[in-house]
Amino acid sequence: MLPGFGLGLGYTVAYLSLVVLIPLAGLAFKSATLGWSEFYAIATNARVVKALQLSFGTALVAAVVNTIFGVLVAWCLVRYKFPGRRWLDAAVDLPFALPTAVAGIALATLYAPEGPFGAILEGIFGIKVGFTPLGVTIALIFVGLPFVVRTVQPVLEEIDRETEEVAATLGAGRLRTVVRVILPGLLPAILTGFALSFARGVGEYGSVIFIAGNLPYISEIAPLLIVIRLEENNYAGATAIAAIMLMISFASLFVINLLQSWSRKWFGNV
Amino acid sequence: MRSKLFAGLAAALALVACTPKAAGPTLLNVSYDPTREFYEAFNADFIADYKAKTGETVTVNMSHAGSGKQARAVIDGLEADVVTLALQNDVDQIAKATQKVPADWRSKLPDNSAPYTSTIVFVVRAGNPKGIKDWGDLGQPGVAVVTPNPKTSGGARWNYLAAWAWANKQFAGDEAQIKAFVASVYKNAPVLDTGARGSTTTFAQRNIGDVLITWENEAFLTLDEFGADKFEIVYPSLSILAEPPVALVDGNADKHGVRAVAEAYLQHLYSPAGQRIAAKHYFRPVTPADADPADVARFKPIDLVTVDDLFGGWAATQAKHFDEGGVFDQIYTPAR
Repeated sequence: MLPGFGLGLGYTVAYLSLVVLIPLAGLAFKSATLGWSEFYAIATNARVVKALQLSFGTALVAAVVNTIFGVLVAWCLVRYKFPGRRWLDAAVDLPFALPTAVAGIALATLYAPEGPFGAILEGIFGIKVGFTPLGVTIALIFVGLPFVVRTVQPVLEEIDRETEEVAATLGAGRLRTVVRVILPGLLPAILTGFALSFARGVGEYGSVIFIAGNLPYISEIAPLLIVIRLEENNYAGATAIAAIMLMISFASLFVINLLQSWSRKWFGNV
Repeated sequence: MRSKLFAGLAAALALVACTPKAAGPTLLNVSYDPTREFYEAFNADFIADYKAKTGETVTVNMSHAGSGKQARAVIDGLEADVVTLALQNDVDQIAKATQKVPADWRSKLPDNSAPYTSTIVFVVRAGNPKGIKDWGDLGQPGVAVVTPNPKTSGGARWNYLAAWAWANKQFAGDEAQIKAFVASVYKNAPVLDTGARGSTTTFAQRNIGDVLITWENEAFLTLDEFGADKFEIVYPSLSILAEPPVALVDGNADKHGVRAVAEAYLQHLYSPAGQRIAAKHYFRPVTPADADPADVARFKPIDLVTVDDLFGGWAATQAKHFDEGGVFDQIYTPAR
């Protein structure tokens, strides 16, 4: 055993218990006041299923978009020097810093049917954004972007440009260099960014609530349904939906973690 | 290292403990959203009045948020001495969950413990382009209605009940027709905001919808805020009498030793001064004779029904209409 292992483990377990596990145990305990049949009824209730589909579906789409464009942003910020780069670099963190309600109100104002973006999108392209699931997705893209950029950026900075030069001198084309040399090293970081963006999106409330429209079965996100259950003084019902969300999230994150370790093994590095 | 940490902690604790205490008694009034401006003015008046009478300087702290959220905060331990909420049901929940409020709290003060009332009216765009006159127009195709979600907003529940009350009269109590009408109104709602103020923003600032269903006082504030030339208030033929209740939270007031002040505070709401300030802030005073006649003249006479008369009280209303699977949920359940 390494020296300090006992202390390290004790500290980690105690801290995690205090900050994460005890509140989650409270959640599990409260939802356990429901019987299995009641829990099952809540989990399969058509409205709950719709809300969960909306929350997880939009979070997934937003995470995919963020992964593609976030990697591009990180690439540009790392590989190119241009005036104002530091400012742009700092701007990436703004969605972190901005209170989510402020972001939500700003987005709702922009994308409302009469808003500056909303009017153009609806008038010219016939696309409704504000108060639709598309609006939810846009809000989630906004809050999730920094997660991808900030996880990919440092790894990208570490990649030795010489490896690329070596690949080129060995006759690899640019595409092949990117796909076979750079991407494998980046993949774990990209997956982490994807997972963080996705997880944030699933639970997001503040920025979404203003742009969602909140119509049951159409644009009602699962966190809103939890708030609605609380307003009905139905604490057990609220925690049941929360527990279901938690289980799905945990399962998704677990799969992403597996993918990560698989990618590490497959490409044999990082 | 450890001793330093503890010294720091101790210093922090000492700071918290030594926060200067106000000289006189302190009240915490836990209220709902659209009463901010009213209680600001009322508190100043009460403090001056109480000082003149007793020589004591009272400090009144306010907490504002959605009514249901505030009730839950009090249940979870927010130490309110008085609550001034939007719905009787919210105070009932506090009474039921904590016993800090007696179950018969409504009989402790005059007028069902509601020193001011309000009702539900419409705000339309200038010139009333869609010709909205009454509730029936809200169910017509092509009319976009802005109202908050009754599940998350106390005000929205009054909106819903007012629509129901009109339909009840219109269709002579035929529940299938009433439900169909209320459903047609909600089918016309492009968005359900979580609170009354959110709906006002959606309607007035984002230009969404043809008609906003809202509190009478919120309607007047909208005209004050966004321009009386841009909007008009429309009074429907019938609406609901909203009685925002006030109550002493005995358990907390006794614990803080401020029962006398808290009682004086609530009584002051019924005093001529309290009534005048309420009318000024667009709440209908229960004793209009005490208020400024010019303020009272702004409130149009309107046929008003009460929740007790029409719906058999709040507990039954909440259970039938707003609980999970209730009538409001049924409206949104897609047909299969």
